[in-house]
Amino acid sequence: MLTDFFLYIAQGTAVTIGVTLVALPFGLAVGLLLALLYNYGGRWVSRAAGLYSLLMRGVPPVVLLFILYFILSGRLINLSPFWAGSLSLGLVSSAYQMEILRGALAAVGAGQMTAARAIGLTRLQAIRFVILPQAIRLAIPPWSNEASIVLKDSSLVYALGVPEILRRAQQLSATTGQPFLAFGAAALIYFALVFLTNRALDSLAERTKLPTQPV
Amino acid sequence: MDSALILQARNLTKRYGANIIFQDISLDVQKGETIVIIGPSGTGKSTLLRCLNLLTHVDSGQIFLEGEEITAPGINEDRVRQQIGMVFQNFLLFNHLTALDNVMLGLTKVRKLPKPQAHEKAMHELARVGLADRAGHYPGQLSGGQQQRVAIARALAMDPKVMLFDEPTSALDPELIGEVLGVMAQLARENMTMLVVTHEMGFAREVADRIVFMEKGHIVEQGAPDDLFERPQHARTREFLWKITELYGKKEKK
Repeated sequence: MLTDFFLYIAQGTAVTIGVTLVALPFGLAVGLLLALLYNYGGRWVSRAAGLYSLLMRGVPPVVLLFILYFILSGRLINLSPFWAGSLSLGLVSSAYQMEILRGALAAVGAGQMTAARAIGLTRLQAIRFVILPQAIRLAIPPWSNEASIVLKDSSLVYALGVPEILRRAQQLSATTGQPFLAFGAAALIYFALVFLTNRALDSLAERTKLPTQPV
Repeated sequence: MDSALILQARNLTKRYGANIIFQDISLDVQKGETIVIIGPSGTGKSTLLRCLNLLTHVDSGQIFLEGEEITAPGINEDRVRQQIGMVFQNFLLFNHLTALDNVMLGLTKVRKLPKPQAHEKAMHELARVGLADRAGHYPGQLSGGQQQRVAIARALAMDPKVMLFDEPTSALDPELIGEVLGVMAQLARENMTMLVVTHEMGFAREVADRIVFMEKGHIVEQGAPDDLFERPQHARTREFLWKITELYGKKEKK
């Protein structure tokens, strides 16, 4: 009975991980593009990217999720709840990831661009081979934070009927009358996932750290 | 030294808003010549160098590299910069790359050399600045002097026609200045064409073929080091040289 109980919630874990694995990389791709446009795109493009970020970050994620969901699963585009929910979550995250990346790009400093152009690299080559590899290193710690937020916010797609951890916990709580056990199990799984994600990204940051000590 | 004109600046003017950085600067650089540009801070020396390799654009005037106007509209600026090496005050090595990869990047991405040839050429340039044994080190693992020598190797790897040095020793501890100036003096002996902005008067006097004194956006006076140091024509040149020699002398005694 108890194993069935846990098994039922654990099956939602795969869905939660699935939602995160769609939302996070999608948000990264959009966020990176926007960060590059913001930093290197000229005045109007930069302003447009800034406005996007401002709007997306100024509204609660769950409200945006509903709006985007009804666009993505509407008459024009008709995606399944899983895909519509995951991509919506990704778009919400893209604004936050953009902020992380544009800060990291700026932190690399204008001098690196100057030095790259001085040996004849084009702007795009300079961004690709000189600026980005350094910016991404700087972005890993704040990005790790955003990754755990997306992982936890994936519980919001529960409202769209996607059978992830929280929705299953809710169902179990209702059918078994054991809310503490049901939501406690959900909390435990979320915690474990966030913990593992942060640990993995910490170790990535450690492994890509640039040496500064004399050899 | 043959007297072929390699770089020619004609009536260059640069403004930032209403602020005139330099005005009506003309300068002819002969192949193999070492020119040292001196003058007070904020005189437009660094901006002039950055204009010469098109990192910044002049508001008016023309620049010619081996007779070709590089300020002409539609010029491929990346190709021009590739032919003019630049060394910066704060080194600006690519921090995520080893010394070797810093030197190789331009060879593989700009000159499109195959990896083995780029590696060989990069090692040759590192050896030229005395750092072949530091090839695998990251900038964070090198001293300031070593970083600047890697930066010189990175510029040399592109086989530039002219090398620009923008206060290359100003950010260095006094005991590290010598190794960088040594590499530069060696380049001058190898007849590299060089434009050097510096406050190192000893270097200017010994290595330069010509010294240009700039102040307030103008070239006040230029000439051979001995003429300029012994018989400056303008009062301002005299005053500046006296001040800076005084300063330099004091630093030496410390």
